[in-house]
Amino acid sequence: MTETRLRIGFIPLCDAASLLIAVDKGFAAAEGLDIELIREVSWSNVRDKLNIGLFDAAHLLAPVAIASSLGLGHIKVPIVAPFELGVNGNAITVSPQLHAEIVEAADGNVLDPLVSARALARVLEKRKRIGAEPLAFGMTFPFSTHNYQLRFWMAAAGIDPDEDVRLVVLPPPYMVESLASRQVDGFCVGAPWNSVAVNLGVGCILHFSCEILAHAAEKVLAVRARWADENPDAVIRLVRALDRSAAFIEDPANRREVAALLAASHRVGVAAEVIERTLEGRLKVAPNGGTRTDKRYLLIGHNGAARPDPVQAAWLYAQMVRWGQASLSEDLLAAAKAVFRPDLFDAAPHGNYANVTVPADRIGAFAGPVFDAEDITSHLNSWAISWAMKQR
Amino acid sequence: MDASLNIVIVDESPVRAAILENGLREAGYRNVVRIEGTTNLLARIYGIDPDVILIDLENPSRDVLEQMFQVSRVVRRPVAMFVDQSDSASIQASVDAGVSAYIVDGLKKERIKSILDLCISRFNAFSRLQNELEQTRSALEERKIIDRAKGILMKAKNLSEESAYALLRKTAMNENRKIAEVAQSVITAAELFK
Repeated sequence: MTETRLRIGFIPLCDAASLLIAVDKGFAAAEGLDIELIREVSWSNVRDKLNIGLFDAAHLLAPVAIASSLGLGHIKVPIVAPFELGVNGNAITVSPQLHAEIVEAADGNVLDPLVSARALARVLEKRKRIGAEPLAFGMTFPFSTHNYQLRFWMAAAGIDPDEDVRLVVLPPPYMVESLASRQVDGFCVGAPWNSVAVNLGVGCILHFSCEILAHAAEKVLAVRARWADENPDAVIRLVRALDRSAAFIEDPANRREVAALLAASHRVGVAAEVIERTLEGRLKVAPNGGTRTDKRYLLIGHNGAARPDPVQAAWLYAQMVRWGQASLSEDLLAAAKAVFRPDLFDAAPHGNYANVTVPADRIGAFAGPVFDAEDITSHLNSWAISWAMKQR
Repeated sequence: MDASLNIVIVDESPVRAAILENGLREAGYRNVVRIEGTTNLLARIYGIDPDVILIDLENPSRDVLEQMFQVSRVVRRPVAMFVDQSDSASIQASVDAGVSAYIVDGLKKERIKSILDLCISRFNAFSRLQNELEQTRSALEERKIIDRAKGILMKAKNLSEESAYALLRKTAMNENRKIAEVAQSVITAAELFK
């Protein structure tokens, strides 16, 4: 087998695990892939370096792969995703003060996202009455699941995320500091940053993102569509290496070793113990010590999770339309769905993973009608709050 | 050239930012502002209302700037990426140099080509300078290590300085290693035998 050299960019987050472990445990080398991993500081960098060919592949936010393919917010470069690196894994964290206000305003258990969102709406109304500044929430990128999950949650209770709150992009490493210094009142971010905020006593985890959406594509392995066409063999080998890596990560017997490898400073660079809890879906949610466990918190390769699902791409595209980032057309919808390539995943044999049930509509949102990827117009029409509605 | 363009520099390296600012001022640009820190970055940029924003690629705040393209009530005027699809050589050169540029929509590419070229050359010059500094530093380090190893050998084997160095050099050649590496081994061994 000829040795293939690949340069792959990543952001230090727990959901880069399949990629990092594929290199560190030799699954890539076993496929004849000599991978150079490059740790990056921003999604813009990852996107640009992938687009212009400095990277052969990248750990990328699923919506950025779609935005790049549609030419939204930036130059148009068609991207394809043969492997989903992570499903779910985000959380919404708020300051202890805001948490207390939400609990006080709640008409039920705040573990229910509809109850917490309604309570937040009341908190915002009260602030408006007394003329206080609107609350600010941090998220990681305009085209990010974090942005869409925050908006989806808030809008379910009648909050207009473009009018009633301020949504600001913050690099994940700055989230905790911004919450501590009251520049933001809450944020939605991936692991490990929610836990870091809780450990420092500056935040309470309000929701795991899997409580908002049971099954949400988070990060993909992204390659240029042209590169995939020109290097079909490398794509298959890469998928196979990632697949073996994901199966290795899934095995609880390997968890400690995986966490230790990911904790290295040139990988994710946070305490192994925090990574281990993330992989187990067991998070400390409040500074005073309460924990919450959900095996759906972050899915790495669990049955079906690694296989790209065009329904997920359709849902993400629908959010782009809902919030005014993209126009609505059948062509764009088809182009978005074509980014997720289950056929490329299926071309490589895949292993057996722990079983996690997938919701009937493959999204499992806590509010609204079931999602139908063939009819996103009715999905969009079912929301009282959306950018499109305001244009009418 | 348009001397009245409002230019903002966002760079985590204050030295490089200063070099860039000086370069732009020398080239005749009068309105150049350096932004430091990350607090309320977007609000401060809107406050300056720049025509051109330059940001280093090692800066995590680059993602914050991407929000300027969004439909949002805080945006006062649209902003677009400088490099468009027809200009891949430019984007490649700027990414290689480690800098990215954003401009307000409608500003002609030709009008700021000189700004980007200047950025690229200053960024490249800065990294050359850093490499040279790094090399000088490591050469000094190596010198120190070799001197220590020589001292150890002189004492342990009762050699002259010249013979000690010759021994290090001969061993390095035989083992196909650098003299500094052999010297480091001598120091390590000496520490172990202490």
